Amino acid sequence: MNINLTLIGQSIAFAIFVWFCVKYVWPPITAAMEARQKKIADGLSAADRASLDLELAQEKATKELQKAKEEAAALIDQANKRAAQIVEASKEDARTEGEKLIEQARAEIQQERVQARDALRAEVATLAVAGAEKILETSVDAKAHSEMLDKLAAEL
Amino acid sequence: MAADNSNESVEYIKHHLTNLTYGKLPAGYERADGTVVQEASWTMAHTAQEATDMGFMAIHVDTMGWSIAMGLLFLGLFRFAASRVTEGVPTGLQNLVEVCFEFIQGLVRDVFHGKNPLIAPLALTIFVWIFLMNLLKLIPVDFIPGLAHAMGLEYFKIVPTTDPNATFGMSFGVFLLILFYSFKVKGVSGFSKELALNPFNHWIMIPFNLLLEILALIIKPISLALRLFGNMYAGEVVFILIALLPLWIQWTLNVPWAIFHILVIPLQAFIFTVLTVVYLSAAHEDH
Repeated sequence: MNINLTLIGQSIAFAIFVWFCVKYVWPPITAAMEARQKKIADGLSAADRASLDLELAQEKATKELQKAKEEAAALIDQANKRAAQIVEASKEDARTEGEKLIEQARAEIQQERVQARDALRAEVATLAVAGAEKILETSVDAKAHSEMLDKLAAEL
Repeated sequence: MAADNSNESVEYIKHHLTNLTYGKLPAGYERADGTVVQEASWTMAHTAQEATDMGFMAIHVDTMGWSIAMGLLFLGLFRFAASRVTEGVPTGLQNLVEVCFEFIQGLVRDVFHGKNPLIAPLALTIFVWIFLMNLLKLIPVDFIPGLAHAMGLEYFKIVPTTDPNATFGMSFGVFLLILFYSFKVKGVSGFSKELALNPFNHWIMIPFNLLLEILALIIKPISLALRLFGNMYAGEVVFILIALLPLWIQWTLNVPWAIFHILVIPLQAFIFTVLTVVYLSAAHEDH
């Protein structure tokens, strides 16, 4: 256990080892470790971002789906309404058409009645004249009594 | 190598606690084998007494050799890992190296509050180097010295940290760094003020403060070195004592002691490292 030159030799060896470690061992390894740490941190934050994105996308997709469903429902609703409207309108059309036809028919009937009545009226005058002629046995001057006959016909 | 009588035992223990010393013997020195050194010359010590008589001008070849070998092993391994380091998924050696790095970085982050790119690699060097040197202790006490003996080397101590020269060598380096950074960060006046005006901030107490603070400063490297040396040396002595027991009983003590040293080896390396960082952190704190 003698203290001797070994002490100084050890100090020198120690200094050289520390110098070598500082210069050639420490920097490359810490650099690589830091680079990896950064890589991992980046990767993790990217993963976080991705999961956030995914969540947002899912939310968006759900919203879109909801919207599409609502739109579809609205469309169906509208279509139904429209169909009902169309049915209603055609019913209305049919009714008005029918009424129109009935009206037309009625008008025709009326017209025919009027025509028939006129014809009858005209015939009635001649029949009356012929009757009167038979009764009176004389001819009646149609021209002289037309006024009276017309009055008669109008009364019918 | 169980010894039979106490004299042999003492010899055995002494033998194992003596370093392989290469040093300068003074002129006229009578060596163990009776020859007299004609003029001052550098030579291998043949006995513990010769090693002691060499005084300061001697070097422990085994301590130097093994510590440098361990240092080179550390730097070689880590440099090798650094040369093929990848930012991607690390494997094998790189994992091991990164575990050490993260451990040291965590330690430095927790303890050291300044900014100095030297501290972390310094701590890494200290930790791994001491760890490897301590690790040599788990090699059975007679293996390598026996091998060295067969090769004609009288003494051989393989655990550098059981040599105070190694531990003081390191703590001396740390002490220089403490002084350097104290002066650099606080300036000459700041550092002097810290020494003179703590803990009692009154001019009358300056001599007392100086005594206390300088003592505290000097104690730092001494405690660092002695703690490591003391633990390792004591452990080594116990290993040697166990090796004196009859062969068939040795394992009952040897194995638990070795297992205990699995804890002691990294712990002592860790303590040296932490205290170094703590001391340097204190050196960086400007009041």
